[in-house]
Amino acid sequence: MLINADVYGADSVIFDLEDAIPVTEKDAARILVRNALRAFSYREAEIAVRVNALSTPFGREDFEEIVPLAPSLIRLPKCETADDILRADELMREIEIRSGLEPGSVGIIPIVESAFGASNLRAIAEASPRVAALNFGAEDYTADLGAERTKEGRELDDVRARVVTAARIAGVQALDSVFADINDVEGLFEEALRVRRLGFDGKSVIHPRQVGVVHSAFTPSEREIDHAERVVRALEEAEAARSGVAVLNGRMIDAPVAAKARKILALSDAAGARREGGERR
Amino acid sequence: MIRNGVGRELPESIPGVACLRPYSGNATGDSDVGRTAARREPKVLASLEEAFRRSEVEDGMTISFHHHLRDGDLVVNMALDVLANMGLRDLVLAPSALFPVHKEVLRHVRSGVVRAIQGSVNGPVGKAASEGLFDLPVILRSHGGRVRAMQTGELRVDIAVIAAPTADSMGNIGGVSGPSACGSLGYAFSDAQYARRVIAVTDTLIEYPATAFSIPQTLVDWVVPVERIGDPGRIVSGTLRVTRDPLRLIIAEQAARVIEQSGVFVDGFSMQAGAGGISLAASTFIRERMRRAGIQGGFISGGITEQSVEMLEEGLFHTLLDVQSFDTAAVASLARNRSHMEMSASFYANTAAKGCVVERLDTAILGATQVDTNFNVNVNTESDGMLLHGTGGHMDTAAGAKLTVIVTPLLRGRMPMIVDRAITVTTPGDTVDAVVTERGVAVNPRRKDLLENLNGKGIPLVDIHDLKRLAEEMTGVPRDPLFGEKIVGVVEYRDGSVIDVIYQRL
Repeated sequence: MLINADVYGADSVIFDLEDAIPVTEKDAARILVRNALRAFSYREAEIAVRVNALSTPFGREDFEEIVPLAPSLIRLPKCETADDILRADELMREIEIRSGLEPGSVGIIPIVESAFGASNLRAIAEASPRVAALNFGAEDYTADLGAERTKEGRELDDVRARVVTAARIAGVQALDSVFADINDVEGLFEEALRVRRLGFDGKSVIHPRQVGVVHSAFTPSEREIDHAERVVRALEEAEAARSGVAVLNGRMIDAPVAAKARKILALSDAAGARREGGERR
Repeated sequence: MIRNGVGRELPESIPGVACLRPYSGNATGDSDVGRTAARREPKVLASLEEAFRRSEVEDGMTISFHHHLRDGDLVVNMALDVLANMGLRDLVLAPSALFPVHKEVLRHVRSGVVRAIQGSVNGPVGKAASEGLFDLPVILRSHGGRVRAMQTGELRVDIAVIAAPTADSMGNIGGVSGPSACGSLGYAFSDAQYARRVIAVTDTLIEYPATAFSIPQTLVDWVVPVERIGDPGRIVSGTLRVTRDPLRLIIAEQAARVIEQSGVFVDGFSMQAGAGGISLAASTFIRERMRRAGIQGGFISGGITEQSVEMLEEGLFHTLLDVQSFDTAAVASLARNRSHMEMSASFYANTAAKGCVVERLDTAILGATQVDTNFNVNVNTESDGMLLHGTGGHMDTAAGAKLTVIVTPLLRGRMPMIVDRAITVTTPGDTVDAVVTERGVAVNPRRKDLLENLNGKGIPLVDIHDLKRLAEEMTGVPRDPLFGEKIVGVVEYRDGSVIDVIYQRL
C-alpha cells in the first residue's frame, strides 16, 4: 500500500501518523513513512502527512522527521486556535532552515475537530500563509458537540457552512471530512455531491475504492460543462466585440456567473486529465 | 470353393474384394470379425492393478493423466502407488498438469518408479525439478502443444489413466455429475484418443448407457471403480474470488479500458481471460462496458467461471466454449445449458488440428510472472528462477487472439515484473500487444494501429523501457538468481519447436 499510494487516482495522498496508529506503534509508523518518503518519488500525487498534535508526546518528533523530507503538506489535527498554527509554523520554519529547505515551503492543512476550534475557524485559516486549506474532522467534532452522527449528516450542516465561509475569507480551500462506510458507494456519492454544492473544494477518503466516487461527484455534469462553455464563449465574444456586457440567453453574465463557469471548466479539465478521457458521469 | 462357418460355399477369390475372409462363426474367437460381433469380456475390473496388467504395462512406459480434478485429484497418487507396488520402474508421466497434491510423485522419483515428466508442473514437483531431482528435463507444453505432440507421435502415451467423475460399465465418461464433478473434461480427450490403452477410474459407476458423457466407450478399454477419485472441496472452488485488492482492480479496469478502445470491442466480440485474479476482475469491467455500449458478444473460451456463466445468461455472449470449468456454477451450467459447450484441448488450441478456437479469439487477457522489454512473457519460472507453473493456454491464446493483453502489477513484493531479460520466455513478444500495469500501459511498438486507437483516450501510454525503469527506481536492479549447467526444463512452443530451456537453480 505504501509503495503504490500514488496510483489510486487521489490528488493528494495522506500518510497518517495520528489516530490510525496505536500509541505503541507511533515510532514504527514514523520510521516507515519517513523511509517511504525518502525512497519513493510518488509522481502521481501530492503528499501530505497527518502528524500528531504538538500537544501530544509524539508531535514534535513527527515534525522533526517528516518536515525535512519536504512533503507538500502537513495535516495538523486538533487545531483550536491560531496559536496552534503559529507554533507549528515556527517549528517548521526552524526545521526547514536547518534542512536547507525554502522556509514556508511546506504547507499546513489545519483540521478542526472541536466546538472550540469551530469557533475560531477564520483565525485558524488566516494564522499563517502556510495554511492551504481548511479541513474538519466529523467524528471528533460530533463527539465533542454531543451530536449524533447520522448518514444524512444534518448535524454537520452548520460547521460545514462555517468551514466554507472561513476558507473563502482566508482565500484557502475547504475540504470535507471522510465518509466512513467504505461499502456504501451511493451514500458516499450523495454526501460528496452535497458538500460540493455547499462550496467544498474536495473531500478526504479512507479507501482507494472511494477515490473514483468522490471524483465523479466533484466532476461537473455534462449540462454544467455545456453551460459553462457557453458562458465563457459569450464572454469571449463580448470581449472581441469590445462590448462591456456579455449576454447569454437574454441574461447578463455578471462576474460571479463568469467565475463559476471558469471554476467548472477548470474542475472538468482536471477530472478529465486525471480520469478517462471524455468519460464523465 | 471354400465352405464357411454357416455352410455356404464361396470362391477362393472375388474380383473387387481385396482380401476374402470366409465367415468363421461367432463363438470360436479365432477370427477378428467374430470378436467384434461377440460380447467382450466385461470392461469393469476389480482393481487398478488388474487394469494395468491387462494393459500390459512395462518398465519405461509413458502414463498420462488429466488435471481436471486439480488440487483435489486422488488418481495420480493412487495409480503411482499401484505401479510402484507392481515393481515398475523408469516410467514417464505425461500429466496435462500436476498440482501441489501430487508432491507424492517425488517419492516415486526418488525410488526410481518415475524417471521423467512430460507435462505441466505446478508447485512442489516443479520446485524439485528446478533443484535437479530428475535425470531428464521436464518437457513443458501448452494445452494445444500437448495434443499436437500426441497427434504427431512426439508424445506417445502407452496408458492413459482418466479420472472419471462418472462412467458407465462400457466406459462412457462424464464430468458434470458425481461427488467429484469437475465439469468439462477438455484436456482428457486427447489422452483417450491417442493413448494405446485407456483406463477410466471412477467413484460413480452409473447405469449403461450414460446419457450425458464426454468421452465415449469407443475409446476406453477398462473401467475401474474405486471409492474416491477426488476431494470435492479442492476440485472446484465454490466461487473464484474476484480480487478486491484495489491495486489489482486498477490494473483490471485499465485493461478493460484498453480493450474497449482497441478496435476489437464491437458486436461479435470474443474473449478469453486467464484464471488469475486480475484477469478475472477485468472481465467484470468488460461486462460493465459491454452493457453500457450495448455490445453483443460472440463467445467466451477457455477456463469458464461463474462470471462467464452470468454473462452468457445475461445475453452478453452467445456461447461458452469450456475446456475447463473452474467453479460449481460453471459445472452446473455446462450440465444444463446447450450454449455452454465443452471443447477438447485440440478444438481449443491445437495447431495441427484443422482449425482451433484460439484462431477466432478477439482478445485474450493473460497474466505473467515476468515480462521483458521485448514483450516476451514468462509464466513458467518465478523471479527466483524456480519452475513453479505450467504453460497452460498462454502461448496458444496469445498467438491466436487479435489483441493479447498482459495484466501484471509492476512490482510483486520487492521484485520488478518488467525486466530487461525474462528468466524464461514462454510466450514470444511478437504475439503480445499490450502490457497493463498500475503505472501505465505499454503497447508493443509493432502494433502502431493499436497505439493510434488508444492515443488520446485517457489511457496512460508509456514506453515499456520507462515502465522497467520506474520499477527499478523503486526496487533497485535485482541480482539474477544463480543457475547451474544442467537443463531441468524444456519449454516447447505450441508448434513443437523449443522456445527456451530452464536451468537448474543452485
